[in-house]
Amino acid sequence: MTLVPSREETAAMIADVLAAYPAKTAKFRAKHLVANASEGGKECEVKSNIKSRPGVMTIRGCAYAGSKGVVWGPIKDMVHISHGPVGCGQYSWGTRRNYFHGLLGIDSFVAMQFTTDFAERDIVFGGDKKLAAVLQELKELFPLAQGVSVQSECPIGLIGDDIDAVARASSHELGVPVVPVRCEGFRGVSQSLGHHIANDAIRDWVMGTGDLADRTPYDVALIGDYNIGGDAWASRRILEDMGLRVVAQWSGDGTLNELSSSHHAKLNLIHCYRSMNYICTTMQERYGIPWLEYNFFGPTKIIESMRAIAAQFDDVIQVKTEEAIARYEKSFEATRTRYRPRLAGKRVMLLVGGLRPRHTVGAYEDLDMEIIGTGYEFAHRDDYERTHAKLKDGVVLYDDPTAWELEEFARRLRPDLMGAGVKEKYVFHKMGLPFRQMHSWDYSGPYHGVEGFAVFARDMDIAVNNPTWDLFAAPWESPMTSPRQAPAPPVSAS
Amino acid sequence: MTREQPPPPVLDHNDLFTGDVYLEQADRKRVFESACSSDERDRVAEWTRGWEYREKNFARESLVVNPAKACQPLGAVLAALGFAGTLPLVHGSQGCAAYFRSHFARHFKEPVPAVSSSMTEDAAVFGGLNNLVEGLLNAHSLYRPEMIAISTTCMAEVIGDDLANFVGIARQKGAVPEDFPVPYAHTPSFVGSHLVGYDAMLKAILAYLGQTRGTTGTPNGKVNVVPGFLPSTGDLRELHRLLGLLGVEATILGDHSDVLDSPATGDYDMYPGGTPLDAAADAANALGTVFLQPDSTRKTAELARQSWAGQEVTTGLPVGIRATDRFVAAVARIAGAEVPAVVTADRGRLLDAMSDSYQYLHGKRVAVAGDPDLVVSLLEFALELGMEPVHVLSTNGGDGFAATAETVLAGSEFGRSATVWPGKDLWHLRSLVFTEPVDLLIGSSHLKWISREARVPLVRVGFPIFDRHHLHRLPTIGYAGSIEVLSRLVNTVLDELDRNAPEHSFDLVR
Repeated sequence: MTLVPSREETAAMIADVLAAYPAKTAKFRAKHLVANASEGGKECEVKSNIKSRPGVMTIRGCAYAGSKGVVWGPIKDMVHISHGPVGCGQYSWGTRRNYFHGLLGIDSFVAMQFTTDFAERDIVFGGDKKLAAVLQELKELFPLAQGVSVQSECPIGLIGDDIDAVARASSHELGVPVVPVRCEGFRGVSQSLGHHIANDAIRDWVMGTGDLADRTPYDVALIGDYNIGGDAWASRRILEDMGLRVVAQWSGDGTLNELSSSHHAKLNLIHCYRSMNYICTTMQERYGIPWLEYNFFGPTKIIESMRAIAAQFDDVIQVKTEEAIARYEKSFEATRTRYRPRLAGKRVMLLVGGLRPRHTVGAYEDLDMEIIGTGYEFAHRDDYERTHAKLKDGVVLYDDPTAWELEEFARRLRPDLMGAGVKEKYVFHKMGLPFRQMHSWDYSGPYHGVEGFAVFARDMDIAVNNPTWDLFAAPWESPMTSPRQAPAPPVSAS
Repeated sequence: MTREQPPPPVLDHNDLFTGDVYLEQADRKRVFESACSSDERDRVAEWTRGWEYREKNFARESLVVNPAKACQPLGAVLAALGFAGTLPLVHGSQGCAAYFRSHFARHFKEPVPAVSSSMTEDAAVFGGLNNLVEGLLNAHSLYRPEMIAISTTCMAEVIGDDLANFVGIARQKGAVPEDFPVPYAHTPSFVGSHLVGYDAMLKAILAYLGQTRGTTGTPNGKVNVVPGFLPSTGDLRELHRLLGLLGVEATILGDHSDVLDSPATGDYDMYPGGTPLDAAADAANALGTVFLQPDSTRKTAELARQSWAGQEVTTGLPVGIRATDRFVAAVARIAGAEVPAVVTADRGRLLDAMSDSYQYLHGKRVAVAGDPDLVVSLLEFALELGMEPVHVLSTNGGDGFAATAETVLAGSEFGRSATVWPGKDLWHLRSLVFTEPVDLLIGSSHLKWISREARVPLVRVGFPIFDRHHLHRLPTIGYAGSIEVLSRLVNTVLDELDRNAPEHSFDLVR
């Protein structure tokens, strides 16, 4: 008995959903939607990292969101200026839940909105002078800020401002690093190019500028963890339990000093490959630092990853790692015992960003839940290459799906749980489908690490098994005539 | 009989990281942070709370920190959502549409449909014509709206895309049928705020529908009510109720109450309400039009003044007794109706509630921040209750706001302690609250950091409210809605009183 439709059934569903599009758009979109074949290959290749079609309601954001919102924003002891009109900084203010230790507005600035608040005259005459003045005022009012990043909004690249020159001059004058980032929202096709631009800015302006006094053979950097709801802290705990010394966090609860001295690490450990593979590659090329992808969602992947990491080190680490695993098993088993009976066999659809559409699969499977559809907002080909084998045949894969596609797939498949973002959430509530936000952890977390698995399992249980979902049918409405009656899920026996 | 032992609670971020294991982890991490000493940090923190810092803070001319305003196209999207079957299309970079949708979704806890023309580098060079044409075609085919309302992002504005021309070409190319309504507004985010964008889109929609759906010129006997940027479905529902009590046939122009407060039915309906397009088209033939918020309907009011029949009145947002009296009187006058006893009874209930609660509010010092029209209305109500406004701040309020607020303050002896701060942000407000303390803050969720740091309770009214549920469903205008505002105010004071009460003063009855 499988809960996943066959490849043929999924292909038919895709064709049916595409029928609503104008011909040209249907042709474009068809390349982004496939029935998975777990062996991968040409047949289930997913077109990705190309432009979204206009007017279809893509869920994607922009390069600014990828740079300011994802990579730079969490670095706590720097001020990140949203350079341009007021909106971009306003909408990305304090919503990503990058936790940090510090005093907001004094030595930490994560949940704040700093902007040059462009007026018409700044567009007409250029914003460089204003930027220089803003940097001066920042230095006076926020003396403990260790540096500043300038996050360019759309107009900057269109009006010919030279923020690099302003950054150099101001940095020299004020005595703090000022990093210009050319992450205008119109660049590229999604957040993804913003991640890359942000990595490049760190490479060009920060990397290699700091020092690490006493180095050890066990120094590692924790990369691509944004500490959403404390994820990075839960991950750091595992690495420290293994006997490793974490010398830098990129970039959740991170500091300028950690970023600038990170090149002294012995090994880079990367969680979100999509947003930070660039800096890992650079550090490998320049400093010969190897890097390793890992996955700290759920027991299976955590243990697998711990052993793979330990294998890079000597016996000391390997022994400690096995001891840690033995300790964790108790907690894992308690969580599984408690939640499996409540979640086993539940069918899940996902639509998330960087790594989660594949990285969380194992955690769901640890609870005996089944992924029946998954997709990425801004993946590249290498993400899908890492995805096919993790999923069963026939799972529907969707790249940059439109609101229409996601809703129609959900109408047809009726999953027991949908995991996506805040823009999607309330649509599925109307449909009566349990939903978890899988970007912000729906204001919960951590989901990474040992404690994170328990929180993850608890939250999925809360969503799936809340009694609210049983109340949708009004007693005076016939289930036979009610338009809301969903089609039966296409379950096939095997 | 024994009950089943409950399993131990799962610890999440609220409890997990305050334990020793994680506190020690944070200490180990600090070694790599090169942070200043905690003494130095505390010294700077104390300095930022004093008068010297306040003066430095108010001397800044360029830097903006924690502003309480958003950009034009956000407002345009809300205006568009106020009309039946309308899909907002945001012309420019696609990230903007994603931000507007998530921003409103966090506030309303509702789906917020809007599409983008998804312009990228090539459009920056060649213009966004192709994007708009394809965007209209796709949106119209896929989402089957009755109307598509276009606004612009700053990208499209900087490169100078000409919407009039583009929409004409899109029709020629058959992207949308010849008679399909496509109103559009230029909404540069580097001018004004979300209020200006709301106004621009609203005016564009009303002008467009008026022109294209041919007004008959026959008076329709109705009263138009233009709420302006009103991020509360409860307020719109209360307007409907009050107008119903008045027995007045009214059209609310820009009514997103059903759109952003739709029932969970088991399926998703993208277009669950809004002002019917024909009713909007017929607005010109009404007896008159009442505007509630001048700052978000300035251009629309001009349109009404210049080309609509009937008189045009701006009453301000009806919060409290006098402001609601003005609104009720204006509607009754335009409709030629007498105010029925049920409305007077409604008024009496608010008055009764005020007389029950004033003793806890009299003399309470408050700071109010938010959109200008909202701040003015809250100010007026606070003064009616004998509260003393101290800091009155609106980031997107200009000289007009300041003058209105000053006039309102001058009308009451309780207004003497107040200073009005147009154009200032919430980092300014932080300085104000630390140097001249208050008993209560009134404003959006963004004030919560000041509330925590300065230990002043926050009464949430305005936009955005991200961290409390359902407040946008509760009316805060009209006589009945004002009771909700009053209730938030007095109960916040009472909660605070209980929290801080010595044992002997912990009274059961308040």
